[in-house]
Amino acid sequence: MELKIKINGEEWPLDVEPADTLLDVLREKVGIKSPKIGCERGDCGSCTVLLDGQSVRSCLILAVEAAGHEITTVEGISFDGISELQSIFLDHNSFQCGFCAPGIVLSAGELLAHNPHPTRHDVQEALAGNLCRCTGYEPIINAVLAAGEGGSE
Amino acid sequence: MIRHEFDYRRPGTLSEAIDLLVEYGDSARVLAGGTDLVAWLRDDAIAPDLLIDIKDVPGMDDLRLDGDTLVIGSLVTFSDIMGSDVVAEHAPLLAEMAGTVASGGIRNRATVVGNICSAVPSCDAGPVLLAYDTTVHLTGPGGDRSVDIDDWFVGLRTTARSDDEIVTHLTIDLREHAGAYLKLMRYAGEDLAQASVGIVAYPGNDYRVAFGAVAPTPIRSARIEAALHGNDVDGALIETVVGMVSDEISPITDIRASAEYRTRMTEVMLERGLGAVAGRLAGNGPAYGTRLV
Repeated sequence: MELKIKINGEEWPLDVEPADTLLDVLREKVGIKSPKIGCERGDCGSCTVLLDGQSVRSCLILAVEAAGHEITTVEGISFDGISELQSIFLDHNSFQCGFCAPGIVLSAGELLAHNPHPTRHDVQEALAGNLCRCTGYEPIINAVLAAGEGGSE
Repeated sequence: MIRHEFDYRRPGTLSEAIDLLVEYGDSARVLAGGTDLVAWLRDDAIAPDLLIDIKDVPGMDDLRLDGDTLVIGSLVTFSDIMGSDVVAEHAPLLAEMAGTVASGGIRNRATVVGNICSAVPSCDAGPVLLAYDTTVHLTGPGGDRSVDIDDWFVGLRTTARSDDEIVTHLTIDLREHAGAYLKLMRYAGEDLAQASVGIVAYPGNDYRVAFGAVAPTPIRSARIEAALHGNDVDGALIETVVGMVSDEISPITDIRASAEYRTRMTEVMLERGLGAVAGRLAGNGPAYGTRLV
């Protein structure tokens, strides 16, 4: 099927099969590799992208469903170097292997967009669906809290 | 990667969608949020010839109060429920339930109606919609019909919906009430219910009590409701109805919990839930959204 998806601000004409997930198409046809193939069943959050500004699991969305919608990945928020939120994650040494990082950056960004000064509980709730196997979450949560306070610890 | 091949259509009207269902019968599946459906496709658990995406069908994203009736369209997501002022004011129990569903990334996509159409035993919407005496509205080639939620869950992943019907919306008749939803999970966030309890109570101690993940479908307990009816819910009465729980449910042992653990924790959740609801009905219970288990 021929369709168009706006990805990181750019209109992409694509030829996809109905069975292609958005994750498959982003990685294999568009070449955007930040959404990761993790559990492929919606549990781990490593494939998280924004669809019209809302975090979604790209492994559980068919590419055809995204036709006419706008997809944002970490690449799309880093055109001019890393974002402020990403740099706060760096300052907190929040990630080790980095596999979960794109999903967490987007989920945390969605939280801060709606709730600029989240509590620790708010952050834990917002990131409950993004699994990290390296860090124990504390440096991630602390970074989002710091971002919520305008970048200061 | 999904190995099975299928066709995809996104009709712009309800009648087009019904026509496709009539043509394809049980080889078509209706797609809304897709959080169950796409996972099942990947698992080769289903092999449809056609997916009918209803997201362009107008009017199905309704979430509004019509007089005293809450209307929940088939495209309303759990995030919509959590963000709705109408729900917060008139049916905060729905938001308490929605907040326990998986994670934000799922709730932004998963629909309440899809949850009861998938009809897995642990579906979070099930016990609460049962306790609310919800009505399910469907449209098929013969026109519209409605089904009481008590008749909706037929068996494991089976509902009263015919293959050529689409659920258009749910309605809940609202009057003064309090409620609670308690969900046992291995960890907070991103888990299916190991067991769950949904309670709605109206003034005059008129109680509805439903359970999830402890039978092939979400279930209501007429015996427990009758024992509560009209009586002041005090410690002795709570002890009496908690004693009925093990006869009312039929949990299994599986990878997520043993039958014994599910039974015992359902008793604990009913005890805590009734206490919370009695308090909420009297205006001094815990705030909605407070984790009770």
